Order: sequence, then structure tokens, then C-alpha cells
Amino acid sequence: MTAITDREKLAYANAQAADGRVNLEFETDEGMTLNMGPQHPATHGTLRIVVKLDGEQVVSCEPVMGYMHRGYEKLLEVRTYPQVNTLINRIDWLGSFANEVPFILATERLMGIEAPPRAQWIRTIMFELSRISNISLFVGDMALHIGAMTAAFYAFRDREFVLNQIESVSGGRFHPNYDRIGGLKDDLPKGWGADTKAAMARIRDFCDEMETLVEGNEIFQARARGVGVIPADVALQYGLTGANLRASGVDWDLRRDEPVGLAWNEVDWNVITHPDGDSFARFWVRVQEIREATRIVDQLIDGLPAGPVMAKVPRIIKVPEGEAWVATENPLGEMGFYVISKGDLGPFRVKIRTASFNNISIVPWVCRGVYVPDVVTILASLYFILGDIDR
Amino acid sequence: MIPLSSPEVVDTPAEVDEARQGVLDGLAAELGDAVVGTHLVAGHDVWARVTREAWVEAGFVVRDRLGFKAFEFLSAIDWLPSPYGKYEDSPTDPRPEPSTEIVTGYAGGDTRFQVFARAHSLTQRLGVTLKVDLPDDDLVLPTWLPVYAGVNWHEREVREMFGIGFTGHPHLVNLYLPGEFEGHPLRKTFPLLARHVKPWPGIVDVEPMPGEAAAPDDAAAETSTETDGEAGA
Repeated sequence: MTAITDREKLAYANAQAADGRVNLEFETDEGMTLNMGPQHPATHGTLRIVVKLDGEQVVSCEPVMGYMHRGYEKLLEVRTYPQVNTLINRIDWLGSFANEVPFILATERLMGIEAPPRAQWIRTIMFELSRISNISLFVGDMALHIGAMTAAFYAFRDREFVLNQIESVSGGRFHPNYDRIGGLKDDLPKGWGADTKAAMARIRDFCDEMETLVEGNEIFQARARGVGVIPADVALQYGLTGANLRASGVDWDLRRDEPVGLAWNEVDWNVITHPDGDSFARFWVRVQEIREATRIVDQLIDGLPAGPVMAKVPRIIKVPEGEAWVATENPLGEMGFYVISKGDLGPFRVKIRTASFNNISIVPWVCRGVYVPDVVTILASLYFILGDIDR
Repeated sequence: MIPLSSPEVVDTPAEVDEARQGVLDGLAAELGDAVVGTHLVAGHDVWARVTREAWVEAGFVVRDRLGFKAFEFLSAIDWLPSPYGKYEDSPTDPRPEPSTEIVTGYAGGDTRFQVFARAHSLTQRLGVTLKVDLPDDDLVLPTWLPVYAGVNWHEREVREMFGIGFTGHPHLVNLYLPGEFEGHPLRKTFPLLARHVKPWPGIVDVEPMPGEAAAPDDAAAETSTETDGEAGA
């Protein structure tokens, strides 16, 4: 038998990596190193995970980022404030509108203006629609990672109803670019409210479907229950936010606690928590959150105040000197913008605090000692968007 | 009729912000002289600047005594004005002589580089931003890892983007950039090459609004600002 050189082994491993499969990169004396990604399906986007194994057990697990680093913080320094909107749409591309809101609010705070009530209500509606379209995809996606294909198709099908509503308002399915400093680009089209409520009813059906199809499934429960348990104090230390934190039993939701001018506190809804902190809890919390979001949207549409959607702002936006931090409860967790202005047309520095960056930084901690298939479950349940990690 | 909002409406909450003032008082009581600057915007936010020696202790005080259990982020600011000019500078005219004067923001500062971090209190429902000055010739700070475990990646990012070291950090390698990358991209002295290769077209062709004569931009800005006050109600 001909001996295979290391070089050939490496070439083979690289070819496999390009194929996008979990594959063997090289063997070491202490154990085995698995290289997932950068194009593994379970890493949606180009996150690479290097897993060191002892048998089937994970010794260490290290995410490797940077394959999609676009340097937004640097790029924003050479943009005017209105131009920033277009770029930050692409941070978390599944919940784009929700990205726009915290930056716009931070700018408005620096300028000392506030959008009219109708604009704030519509912002809240659009924010929740992005949440629904984002998280409904998660529901299908996590099931897909665990091996249930059907749920993903249902998720894509029903998400489309929400995307249609976003599109009919803003003209963009994925990147609405609808929020403006001081208000909104346009008012809602006629008849939009009724259509949206119909879409919300469909989404509630989708939740029911997912609960019976996925949550009730024995295999799903076996794969997700008790896997990747994150205690509340560890979650806070790592700065986990959003559903990941609430699934660890921490009752904290910026929508309720710091609504920063948006209309969440005007309607009746619940913050969902789960005491277990495992992958199943994270899934469960998110499904319930879609339900709550549909309730929020329905009530907001019913109570939408009349009036203008744009405050009076100068045509050329110069922001006074100062610093402002505004964070909102985005679909993936807390997203915040720390904006520093020097009184120019563009920001002096923007620090973007994204949810996925902190959420994924816990992976090395939580994956220690689990089995290989659980790595996929944990990654899927923590739920990240690569653009939201790399920025 | 729902009134249009105006600057007066937002600027009114100038009352005392007891909760946030309490944070500053707590920091001053625990750290004494190590708190070298503070800033408070009532109803919105609070800032404190501490000395480099007290950075880790300040973290523990904020986490344990003041109850800021949740970690938000850690990053840095380069206060040097960009030597490559501002956005509004014309790309065709000769560039104005770049300013090298360093003007820092809230809570003050004496150095070009500042590290700042933010933590949140779930019970008080407010956050605090801590800042620390770093002298140019010694850009090193003790790591915050014992305070918040989540600071790990944030410190790696600051290290590669600003070239600021963290003593005691076990794995201070590049997070985003390739291993052999030279330079620290978020420093103001690092050029954004895309802008040097091709001037940004947006600044050149400024279109007038429909029905409006092409006016110099500044004049347009002036007139629309003046009408603001009247539109208040």
C-alpha cells in the first residue's frame, strides 16, 4: 500500500472543506481536530469552527471569524448620517429594518429631535415584522440542522407573507431602508393593515404547526433537551442577550424595559422566559416570541395614531457634537450603536454592538465536553447571522 | 391634532437623574481619586473616566457593588482627527491642512487613545460607560477577563483594530484579520484605500431638489434650519 504524504492528506482535506462538509483536517497525538466550515451548512454564512476531539467528545471548540468582515465601523466614518442607513441594513440581513432603528434613534437623540408618534408606531410594527421574518426562518433552520427538512420549507413559505408586507411598505424585501432621521420615508399604503393582519394570522398557524411538527417530535426533543445548558449568571457574563438570555430564565427585554420612544409599552404583550437554558428552551422561547410579535403587530395596527410620519429636519443633516448610545431588542438580541459626533456631516466613530458577536463568544465555553452532533444543535439554537458577528 | 415634535420637547428633561447620579456617587465612594472625569445626561446615560491603574478595580466595583451584571461591549476610540480629511471636503480642491488637535468627548480625556466599555444593570434598568486613557507610548491595559468573561473577543478585536495590548489575556491573536496583516485598521492614520483610489462620487453630483434652483449646500441648510422653530406646533 502506497503511503499517503501529509501534503496529499492536506490537499484532500482542503478539497473536502471546499465541498462544505464536516471533515477531517489533520490528526494530532492528543486527539483529532475537526474543521467545520467555512462553508459548512450548519454555519450559515462563512463561520469556521475548529473542534478538537477526544473520541466523540469535544475538548475545545473555537469559532474562527473574519471570512465576512466588511469593516463597517471604518466605512461609517466616511459616510454621512443618511448614507449609514444603507450599510447597516446589511448587518443582520434577515431582520434588516431592526438594524436601522437603533442608529436612527441615536442620531435623533444627538440632534435633539423625535419622530412623530405615528412614525414611532409604524417603526414598531416594522420592527416586529422583521423579527417575525427573521425568527420564523430560525425555526425552520434549527429543525433542518437537527435533520427535519420539512420545517424549513414551511418556514420559507410562511415568511414570504411577512416579506410581502415589508416590501409593499418600503419597496425592499430584505433591505427596506425605510427609516429616516426624524421619521419614515413614506406612510403606509392603503389597505396594508388588513393584509398584515391576515399575514399575522397565517404566522400564528405556522407557530401551531411548528409546535406539533418540531417541538412535539421525539427525536427533536432527544437532540435538544439538556444540550448546551447555559446558566443565567454565565449568560450575563458573556453578554448574551435576546432569546438566548431569556431561555436561561433572565426576565429582561429591552422592548419592555427601555423602549427608547417606540410603542411597545402602548400594547399588551408578554416577555417569554424559560428556566432550562438548554437548546430546546431557546427554540421554545423563540417560537413563543413570534406569537407575541404577531399580537403586538395586530394591536399596533388597530391603535395606529393619525398624523405626519416625518418631523421637521434640515435637508442637510449636521449632527451636534456629543456621544449617544441606543440599544434595541433586535431579533437576535440586543443591538446597540455608540455614535460619536464631532458636529460634521458624518459620524466621527461608530461602535456597533451586535447581538451575535456576544452570543457566539460563549460557544467555546458551552461546547466543552459535548458530543459532535451537539455542536451543531448548540450553534443552531444560539442562532446567529454571520453578518451580525463580523460586521 | 398631534403636535410635531420639536427640539424644545426633547430637551426639557433637565431634572435630576437620581439613579444615574447614584452610579457616579457609588463609583466616587469606592474609587476615590481614581475617577478622573464624569458626565451625565439626565434621563439618558452616564459616563465615568477612570485611571489606568484602577481599570480592573473599577470593573469589579461596577459589577459587584453597583450591580451591573450584564456586559455589553468593550472597544476603543482614536480621537485624532483623520489626516485624510473629512467627508465634506471636496475631493477635487486641494485638501485643507489636517488638524492634529485632539478633542475628546464626554467625561474628558488627555490622550489620543481611549478604551471604553459598557455594562448594564438589569435591576436598575440603566447602563454605564467607563472610559480609560492610554498614553501613546504605552498602549497596554490589564485585561478585564476576570470581571466579565465575555470581554475575551472584544479585547482581541481592539488589539487588532487599534493596536492596544491587554496584559493577562491568554489568547490575544487576530480575530478578524489574517494573521500576517500589517497595521491597525480602525486607527485614524490607517487610510481607507477605497476612498483614495476613487473619490466618492456622491459628494460631486449633488442634485438640487425638484423645482429648486441649484443652490450652494450651505445656504440650503441654513434656510431649512431657520424654519424649524416655527413648525413646532
